[in-house]
Amino acid sequence: MTKQEILSHLPYSKPFLFVDELQHIDENSVSGSYTFDKDLDFYKGHFKDNPVTPGVILTETMAQIGLVCLGIFLSGSAASGLPGHVMLTATAIDFMKPVFPGEKVSVTAEKVYFRFKKLHCNVQMSNEAGEVVCKGTISGMVTNKMNA
Amino acid sequence: MTIARQEMINQLKLIVDAYTENKTALEQINEQTDFIKDLNINSANLVDIVLDVEQAFDIEIDNTSMERMLTVGASIAVIEEKLAAKKPD
Repeated sequence: MTKQEILSHLPYSKPFLFVDELQHIDENSVSGSYTFDKDLDFYKGHFKDNPVTPGVILTETMAQIGLVCLGIFLSGSAASGLPGHVMLTATAIDFMKPVFPGEKVSVTAEKVYFRFKKLHCNVQMSNEAGEVVCKGTISGMVTNKMNA
Repeated sequence: MTIARQEMINQLKLIVDAYTENKTALEQINEQTDFIKDLNINSANLVDIVLDVEQAFDIEIDNTSMERMLTVGASIAVIEEKLAAKKPD
């Protein structure tokens, strides 16, 4: 699958699509980037008069690039495979730096294993200065059906 | 029940302990125990259990066998098959 085909299979749209482009993907790793639109709705409330990207949104961004894109690639590249859906099952993330509205972040993920339909990855997010913003592990089940 | 089977149940119990909150059901674990229904384990953690079983028993479990491993008894049957296949004769 090409990077463009993977993006077209993502089941998200604005305001919940957190992937702009993929720089690289192969069967072991993926890297991509996203720029946080300063007009995203959650900045109005997180926090009042002091917008910072919520940790759950950083986690979601890492999941969309690092887990979902890689899961679509791996399932779509399998011999009999159709691009599957990826259901998030676990996250363990440490947060090091804040991400402000308008910042561009890069996410890299490395497959730890993909067995019995479970994809488990190490993920890391960096800001434009190259500083690590957050990192950890994310896993999910690659299925044929959504929500199943 | 053979001693070997009871030992396998005990080993499975140790593995499963990390993935279930239902300690009451875990205490009563037996061959009929269903990982998903009785121990409230999700499909992702079921994969973790199978991976831990591979390591604990030094065996490799294929996709078809993994799909059978929904209960303790079925898991022991798979482990026994794989252990038997591993022996040189």
